Amino acid sequence: MNTIVNFLFAAIKAGTPLLFGTTGEIITEKAGNLNLGVEGLMYMGAFVGFLVGFYTESLLLSLLAAFGAGVLGSLIYAFLTVTLKANQNVTGLTLTIFGTGFANFFGEMLIAATKGGAPKLSAKFSAKLAEIQIPLLSDIPYLGRALFSHNILVYLAIIIAILSWAYIKFTRAGLYLRATGENPAAADASGLNVTLIKYVNILLGGGICGIGGAYISLLNGNGVWNNGCVNGQGWIAVALVIFASWSPAKAILGSLVFGAFTIFQVRAGDFAAEFPALSFLSSIPNAIYVMLPFLVTAVVLIITSITRKREGAQPASCGVNYYREER
Amino acid sequence: MNKAATGTHMPRFHIVKRVEMTRGEIFILNLYAVLIAIVAGGILIACMGINPVSFYGTVIVGCFRSALSVKSLIRIVIPLLIASIAVIPAFRMKFWNIGGEGQFIMGAVFASYVALFFPEGIPHLPLMLLMAIAGIIGGGIWALIPAFFKCKFGTNETLLTLMLNYIALYIIQYLRDGPWRDPAAGGFPKIAKFPERAWLDQLFGVDISWIVAVLLVIFMTIYLKRTKHGYEIAVVGDSVNTARYAGMNVNAVIMRTMFLSGAIAGLGGMLQVSGEATTHTLSMGIAGGVGFTAIIVVWLANLSPITTVAVATLIGMLDKGCGVAESTYGLSSAVSDILQGIILFTVLGAMFFTNYKIVFRSKQSIKSHTAAAPGGENK
Repeated sequence: MNTIVNFLFAAIKAGTPLLFGTTGEIITEKAGNLNLGVEGLMYMGAFVGFLVGFYTESLLLSLLAAFGAGVLGSLIYAFLTVTLKANQNVTGLTLTIFGTGFANFFGEMLIAATKGGAPKLSAKFSAKLAEIQIPLLSDIPYLGRALFSHNILVYLAIIIAILSWAYIKFTRAGLYLRATGENPAAADASGLNVTLIKYVNILLGGGICGIGGAYISLLNGNGVWNNGCVNGQGWIAVALVIFASWSPAKAILGSLVFGAFTIFQVRAGDFAAEFPALSFLSSIPNAIYVMLPFLVTAVVLIITSITRKREGAQPASCGVNYYREER
Repeated sequence: MNKAATGTHMPRFHIVKRVEMTRGEIFILNLYAVLIAIVAGGILIACMGINPVSFYGTVIVGCFRSALSVKSLIRIVIPLLIASIAVIPAFRMKFWNIGGEGQFIMGAVFASYVALFFPEGIPHLPLMLLMAIAGIIGGGIWALIPAFFKCKFGTNETLLTLMLNYIALYIIQYLRDGPWRDPAAGGFPKIAKFPERAWLDQLFGVDISWIVAVLLVIFMTIYLKRTKHGYEIAVVGDSVNTARYAGMNVNAVIMRTMFLSGAIAGLGGMLQVSGEATTHTLSMGIAGGVGFTAIIVVWLANLSPITTVAVATLIGMLDKGCGVAESTYGLSSAVSDILQGIILFTVLGAMFFTNYKIVFRSKQSIKSHTAAAPGGENK
C-alpha cells in the first residue's frame, strides 16, 4: 500500500509543472492561437522565477516574476501572430528557441557569478516550499499522504486549473474567449474586440506557463539552478492539452497520468517487488515510459478525429490568424 | 461591420492587404529586418561588456578562418538544408508538416538497420544504396501516417506530426537500451559504430551529402515549378475546393507529397547517420532539432528552394560562429539561440509588411467622412 501512496504522491508532484503549462496553453488555444513556444515560456519563467527567488528570498515575488516572464514571452508571440499576423507555428517554435537560449545564457552567467558555481536557493526560501500537511485532511489514512501533504505550488496549480475551467465554461468573458477561438469572424461581427480578447488570453496563458517553469527550477533541482532544467516538459504539456481535450479540469487528471508515466521510469521496480502480478512493469524499458505521453496523445488525437466529436476537439480557428478583411 | 460607418468612431489608420511586392522590395525589407535584429543583438552583447562589432567580426571570421572551420560549417548547414528542402512541398500544399524531425530520425533508424544487420558480404556501393532506400522508406512511412489520418479522418496534422517527432526520438532510446545495444560498449548504453563499408564517401574532404543537397535543391526547384505534380501541389495549397473542381484527387496529392517530404527528410537522416558528423553511429542527438529549425528556415525563405540555401547557410553561420565566440569571449553558446530568436522575430514581424500595409488617414478626412456619410458604404 505504501508503494501506491508514494507513487501517487510522486506522480502528482511530477505532473504539477505539466498542469501549469497545459492550463496556460489551453487558455491560449481557446483564443485560437496554437503557441508552440510553451517550452520556451517555461524556460523563461524557470530562470526569472529562480533569479528573483535567489536574490529576494520571497516566494510571492518569485512567482510573480515567473508569471511576468511568461507574459513578456507570450507578448512577443501575441504581437507577432495577432497584430502582425505571422505564422503561428513558426513564431511558436522561434519562441521556444529564444526562451531556451534566454534561460541557458543568463543561467550560465548566474552560475559564473556564484561562488562554487552552483547557485542554490536559501534554506529560508526553500522552507516556504516545504510540504504542508493540510489539517484534518492529511490525517486520512493513505489518501492524506498522497493528496493532502504537498507543497503549496501543487495546490496552486490545481486551483488555477479549476479557476480556468470555470472561467472558460461559466463566465461571460470565457464565452467570448470560446467564440473568438471557434469563429473569430462571427465574434467580430457580433461586436467583440477579437484582438483584445486574443491578447489578454494569450498573455494570461503565457504567464501560467511561466509559473510552471518556476516550479521546475525551484523544486525539481533541489534548489540549485540547472541549465536545461525544463528538458522537454513544455512539449509534454502541449501533448497534454490534446489528452485533456482542451479542458483544464480534465488536465488535472491528465497531469496525474502523465506524471505517473514519468515516475514509472524510476519506480516500476518497486511496484514489481510489491505486487508480483505487476512484475511486467519493470520489464518495460524506460524508453517506452518516456514515449508514452506522446504515444497516448497521438492515439487520442486520432480517435477523437475518427469519432468526429465536436466537443473536446481543438478550437476551430486554432492555428489560423484572423484578418478582418479576408474572406 | 465597420464601426466608422456608424459615425461614432473612425480609426486613424487601418490595415489593408497589399498587392504583391516585387522580389527586390521583399529583399530590401528583409535586409532591414536583419539589420535591426543585428543592432538589437549588438545592444545585448554590449550590455555584457563586449564590443559588438568585434563580436560579430569573430562570428563571421570564426566560420571561415581555416579549412577546418569551413568544413564544420558545411557539416552544420547540410543536414539543415536537406531537412528544409524536405518540408517545402508539404508547406506549399499548406499541410503543416512539423514532423521533419521525426521523419529525419526514422530515415536514420531504417538506414542504421541496414548498416548494422545486413550481411557482411554486401560491398560498399550497393550497401549505401540500400541504406539510402531504407532511409527514404523510413522517412516516407513516418510522413504517410499523418497524411493518411488527415485524408481519412481529418486528423490535425500539426499536432500529430509533432507527437510523431517524439515517438521517433524515443524509438532510438528503446533500440539503444535494448535490441541494438552495443555489447562491446562495456555496459554503457550506445549503438555500435557502423562497419567501415557503411560509411559515407567523401569528396574534397567533406561527406558527399553536400552533393546530394545540391541535387535536391535543383530537383525541388524544377519539381515545383515545371512538373504537373508541382502544379497540383500549388493548387491544393491555394484551395482544396478548386483542386477538387478541377478533378484532382486531393487525397492522392496529399499522400504523394507527404511521402516525398518524408522521403527527403529520411534521406537526410541516412546521410547524417552514415557521415562523419555523427562518427557513423546512431544516437539520440542524430537530428538535434534540425527538423524544427528547418520549418523556420523555409518560412523565412518564402518556401523557395534557392533562397532556402541562403537562409540555411546564414543560420548555420550563426550557430558555428557563436560557438567560436563562446571560446573567445567566455559567453555561453546559448547566445546563438538568443540571437537566432531575435533575428527570426524581427524577420517574422517584417514579413507583415510584405502582405499588408498601413494606411493612415488625416484628421480632415475623418471629420468629413463622419460628418458626410453616417451609415455609408463599407470599405
